[in-house]
Amino acid sequence: MSATTEQTAEPTGRLSTVRVLATNPVTVVSAVVLAAVVVVALLAPWVAPYGVNAVDVANALQPPSAAHWFGTDDLGRDLFSRVVVAARVSLQVAVVSVAFAFVVGVAVGVVSGYVGGVVDTVLMRVVDVMFAFPVLLLALAIVAILQPGMATTMLAIGIVYTPIFARVARASTLSVRNEPYVQVARTMGVSGRSILGRHVLPNITGPLIVQTSLSLAFAILSEAALSFLGLGIQPPAPSWGGMLFAAQGFLSQAWWMSVFPGAAIFVTVLAFNLLGDGLRDVLDPKQRTLIESRRRR
Amino acid sequence: MSAPVLQVEDLRVAIGRREIVHGLTFAVEPEATLGIVGESGSGKSLTVLAATGLLDAPGARVTGSSIVTDGERGAVELVGARPRTLRRVHGDRIGFVFQDPTTSLNPLLTLERQITESLEAHRSLTRRAAAGRALELLEAVGLPDPEQRLRAYPHQLSGGQRQRVMIAIALACDPALLVADEPTTALDVTTQAQILELVRALQRDRGTAVVWISHDLGVIGQVADDVLVLRDGEAVEHRDVVELTDDPRHPYTRELLAARPRLGVPGPPAVDADGGVLLDVVGLDVRFPVTSATGRSFVHAVDDVSFQVRRGSTLGIVGESGSGKSTIAHVLTGLARPTAGTATLAGQDVLGRVPADLRRRIAMVMQDPFSSLDPRMRAGESIAEPLRAHRLPRDGRSPRERVAELLELVDLPADFAGRYPHELSGGQRQRVSIARALALEPDLLILDESTASLDVSIQARVLDLLLRLQAELGLTFLFIAHDLAVVQQMSHDVLVMQRGRVVEHAPAAELFAEPRDPYTRALLDAIPPERPRAALERAG
Repeated sequence: MSATTEQTAEPTGRLSTVRVLATNPVTVVSAVVLAAVVVVALLAPWVAPYGVNAVDVANALQPPSAAHWFGTDDLGRDLFSRVVVAARVSLQVAVVSVAFAFVVGVAVGVVSGYVGGVVDTVLMRVVDVMFAFPVLLLALAIVAILQPGMATTMLAIGIVYTPIFARVARASTLSVRNEPYVQVARTMGVSGRSILGRHVLPNITGPLIVQTSLSLAFAILSEAALSFLGLGIQPPAPSWGGMLFAAQGFLSQAWWMSVFPGAAIFVTVLAFNLLGDGLRDVLDPKQRTLIESRRRR
Repeated sequence: MSAPVLQVEDLRVAIGRREIVHGLTFAVEPEATLGIVGESGSGKSLTVLAATGLLDAPGARVTGSSIVTDGERGAVELVGARPRTLRRVHGDRIGFVFQDPTTSLNPLLTLERQITESLEAHRSLTRRAAAGRALELLEAVGLPDPEQRLRAYPHQLSGGQRQRVMIAIALACDPALLVADEPTTALDVTTQAQILELVRALQRDRGTAVVWISHDLGVIGQVADDVLVLRDGEAVEHRDVVELTDDPRHPYTRELLAARPRLGVPGPPAVDADGGVLLDVVGLDVRFPVTSATGRSFVHAVDDVSFQVRRGSTLGIVGESGSGKSTIAHVLTGLARPTAGTATLAGQDVLGRVPADLRRRIAMVMQDPFSSLDPRMRAGESIAEPLRAHRLPRDGRSPRERVAELLELVDLPADFAGRYPHELSGGQRQRVSIARALALEPDLLILDESTASLDVSIQARVLDLLLRLQAELGLTFLFIAHDLAVVQQMSHDVLVMQRGRVVEHAPAAELFAEPRDPYTRALLDAIPPERPRAALERAG
């Protein structure tokens, strides 16, 4: 009797990744929202009805109206225009700094976990030292050496988030490296580099994607904290975090000053997280078969 | 005759919209044992979990009826029962023993705490009374030095001892029914024989009814009075165990009976003596350092082992867990380093730094078909990996053609190259692993328990495949297994190992006909005989 008669889960006609992603309504909505945020950020100068720093003290602290959709701040600047322009700054800082942390952290973590021994000990002690520094102190030191500004902010946040990625990547690598399929690859004489690239990295993407979407969210908030201390984005250039902090003093008089930048952060972060979940499922062949079979029904 | 301990009527289990168990009806009589046998995916565990109210799967729906009766204490319906009712029944009227003794005990509690837990919950015993009872139970399950053991933690016990403790916990409240779900599958054969003996003795003394789930008809024959054969959630046959083995009615039962490994099956065809020696291992010694709080010590995994394997023949290596048989495989493939000794393949040293072209002449197939393939790689990519690493094949064909050829060699259709491991069955996965090993064009193929985790019928087919490949390709096998019957079928010579040492090394025919070492004899005696025990008892 041939082996094909054994019971198996039937493979399905394969769909492109985008088609599979499109089967999940939550993923689609989050992708659309993110795309909208990016488009608005890119077209900010044309979308914004007023100048970012057009001061109009006569109209200070106006609640939302037809003229000022999100109201105005204590200097009479149009909040809608500022939220729109700030989208560019905040997204750029978040994406660039997390990309930096991801690349450096994952490289360190995977090598540390796979090679082990002295290399692991040394790399992990360095990571421990970085963890031991309070975030702001580390950022302060970096800004003290370089000039405050957008590039420095991104570098500081990137460095601060690197050890988190290193830890996540190392822990996942440790469990994958002892899997029989990695051992078999070693007995077959497959080089260390291809084992890392073909077996280890693809199998640790799940936790890394989750960590990435969480970090994107926190990076937006970290930028806010740095900006508040005057170490990040320099006023009067707007950023969502900076606007939130500026709104603190007006919490009881002007709710709109904190609600709209806050809502922008909330929506963006949520969209990042939901898109990350959808991506993780699609990248896992097992989940993908489930999605595809559900779709066929 | 009194009412059955467990009466199950028209039990159906559905997960989501798919029905997995289709209307099963069976009964367990007092003091009797019902054996439930079936291959993986047949729904045997699911059936028993649903019947006893333990099924806890999202979206699972159980219908039908399952009534547990315990003498004067009356009958309780378990299907659809409230959690409170179930809590009263579990542990008190029904005791459970599961497959893996390493994970079913809490590593942070002493044995005493784990045994007294249900006594305090169900019988409201004081701490001291419960401890006294715990001691009695440990004595009853034959744990050596029970007083000391009460204060021991699970990691201080061997697998067989842990399973004894699990049985003690299950029997703590003198349940009317004991549910045993593959309780000996994770154990060595000699330990399995002891546990089978223990459960029978306890059953005799206490009059407990037993439901014993197993994939192994040999084990079922040793314990059961009645057997229920399950396939795809349906009962294909439900009869007395002796009648079932003597005169199986359903073709599936016949297939299961024929596929189970038996001693006495003729071995592989003889090989030419002039092939010469392929693998020569001399004085191999492996020690692993163990660092603990009290300092460094060494585990002597392989102790001065020497053997030779003739080209084209199979050397079976047999031993229980911890005997060092897998360590030998790891040393030969470069996964572990020897402390001393030499190993040569056709005269070339294979330990230490080995050139890639020599390394690929030794390939290995591992035990677990689920974890030895990368879940994110299609079967074709997995098979092509060694081709890429060694720039094979070198006769100008493309790797793609070679992958198709290898799939054909292991009886899989070429379009399986596009499947992911989770889209393959256990047997198909193991075929892919074999194809991947053959991609290296090896001289020596190490099969490390390669068929141990497959269902018997699939194991039989994979063994046939291996014998065919050996004949066609002239391969030399190092066949590592714990199952002597399978080793007999596959091997020309057999090496028996115990605690890192070779206790016997002889041609297969000689060893099985006339085992010299007492340990070899113990291993052979521990194999469940072909005839069910009930048949022998009835015969007188």
